[in-house]
Amino acid sequence: MTLLSVRGLSAFYGSFQALFDVSLEAGEGETVAVIGANGAGKTTVLRTIAGVLPAPASAVRFDGAPVGGRSAHELVDRGVVLVPEGRRIFPSLSVEENLQVGAYRARSGRWTLARVYELFPVLGARRRQPGTNLSGGEQQMLAIGRGLMSNPRLLLVDEISLGLAPLVVQDLYRVVRTIAGEGTTTLVVDQNVSQILPLAQRVYCLRKGTVSLEGRPAELTRARIAAAYFGV
Amino acid sequence: MAWLDTILQGLLLGGLYALFATGLSLIFGVMRIVNLAHGDLSILAAFLAVVAVEALGWNPFLVLILVVPLMAAVGYALQMLVLNRLLGRGILPPILVTFGLSIIIQNALLETFSADSRRLNPGGIETASLSLGSGLAIGWFPFITLVVAVLILVGLQLVISRMSVGRAFRATSDDQETAELMGIDNRQLYGAAMALSLGIVAVAGVFLGIRTTFTFSSGPDRLLFAFEAVIIGGMGSLWGTLVGGALLGIAQTVGAKLSPGWGILTGHLVFLAVLLLRPHGLFARARRVA
Repeated sequence: MTLLSVRGLSAFYGSFQALFDVSLEAGEGETVAVIGANGAGKTTVLRTIAGVLPAPASAVRFDGAPVGGRSAHELVDRGVVLVPEGRRIFPSLSVEENLQVGAYRARSGRWTLARVYELFPVLGARRRQPGTNLSGGEQQMLAIGRGLMSNPRLLLVDEISLGLAPLVVQDLYRVVRTIAGEGTTTLVVDQNVSQILPLAQRVYCLRKGTVSLEGRPAELTRARIAAAYFGV
Repeated sequence: MAWLDTILQGLLLGGLYALFATGLSLIFGVMRIVNLAHGDLSILAAFLAVVAVEALGWNPFLVLILVVPLMAAVGYALQMLVLNRLLGRGILPPILVTFGLSIIIQNALLETFSADSRRLNPGGIETASLSLGSGLAIGWFPFITLVVAVLILVGLQLVISRMSVGRAFRATSDDQETAELMGIDNRQLYGAAMALSLGIVAVAGVFLGIRTTFTFSSGPDRLLFAFEAVIIGGMGSLWGTLVGGALLGIAQTVGAKLSPGWGILTGHLVFLAVLLLRPHGLFARARRVA
């Protein structure tokens, strides 16, 4: 069953057009990868789905209902949560308080403070410290944990590996696998293709604001992905 | 001993200033906007208390249970119907709109209550004093004012540090867009902050009306002192606001003791000195950038 469907989405920053007629889908329980180079429009797609950027109502459908242009907090109520690019940890809140803010409008569900600490033991060990004292990788864990606290049906993660060490990225993907295993639909944006493809059921490659390739990772060759990614 | 007495009186006066400043500090801390009608809204609360006292025959302290919720409701409505429309348009529109609101409130008060000065009479406690021995005495009412100011600050601090809505205040103050991504409706939250702010300023207005006479035009002075207290203490720091109010009060009473006309001036000079030497105030919360 389709949980999220984006149809014919175009987006503008002033007179600059960032997205041209983008369509994508995520089935219930799937892990979807959105890949592409800098400036391809990946973040714009995610921010539109999450309600940060405006869109015609029918351009984004979630669980069958048109939700394009709804406010971000309303989408959290419906179960759509974005883990933003750059982590955006609240600097005046402790690790635990950051997680608690994630549960501000929590839907009922399985994710609790205890379970997030189980998933990321390092957060539990440092829960009284300011969130911004953590390393980059730990901050990404905190940002993902904060997103989980609302018990989302669809978790959007923007630039999951940006600026992080390869070992940390491996850890994060292990966690994404666990989250997906719980049945949460996840849509992950990454510029780094090698880690995300093995665990995605569906991949979209964006280039210059359009979908240049879509399919099941198993059916795509590296050459086709490279061609779609770089446009060569 | 006379000087100790002066400082003590100034400290107690500071309690009243801190009451005025707390609401202003809260609003700036959460929304980054300056409410120029803050002083006039406190005077509006004092006039509402006058009306309630005359209509019901209650003690002014008792009418707080009516005036505080009423002003909180005014704050919520003001934020939801007017100020939220100005969000995201820069710093100037809220300043202009609250400045206009200040003028409207003053003229509405003048029309309704004339230019006569008013006072709230709590029946003797405003002149009663408590002897501390060796010639020192403090007024019961200024003492109560300071205690109430401290209690309100402690309560507010608990709300901000412990409660879900307080975490939402801090998160929104840090990063409004990300707070929205966590499901926090910033418009509702700002409504709650303004309700809290005006509930507190209602207490300040009623206490002012018990301490001294006031007229329709007493608001701007209150705003100025509240501003000075906030800036001396440091923007966004609640305890700083209390210290700022106390320093301002002490400066004014010490100045007035040196020469009767110097009280207000000395307060302004201390404020200017802090602005020169510590532009962010004495207790500014360090704002780290993520």
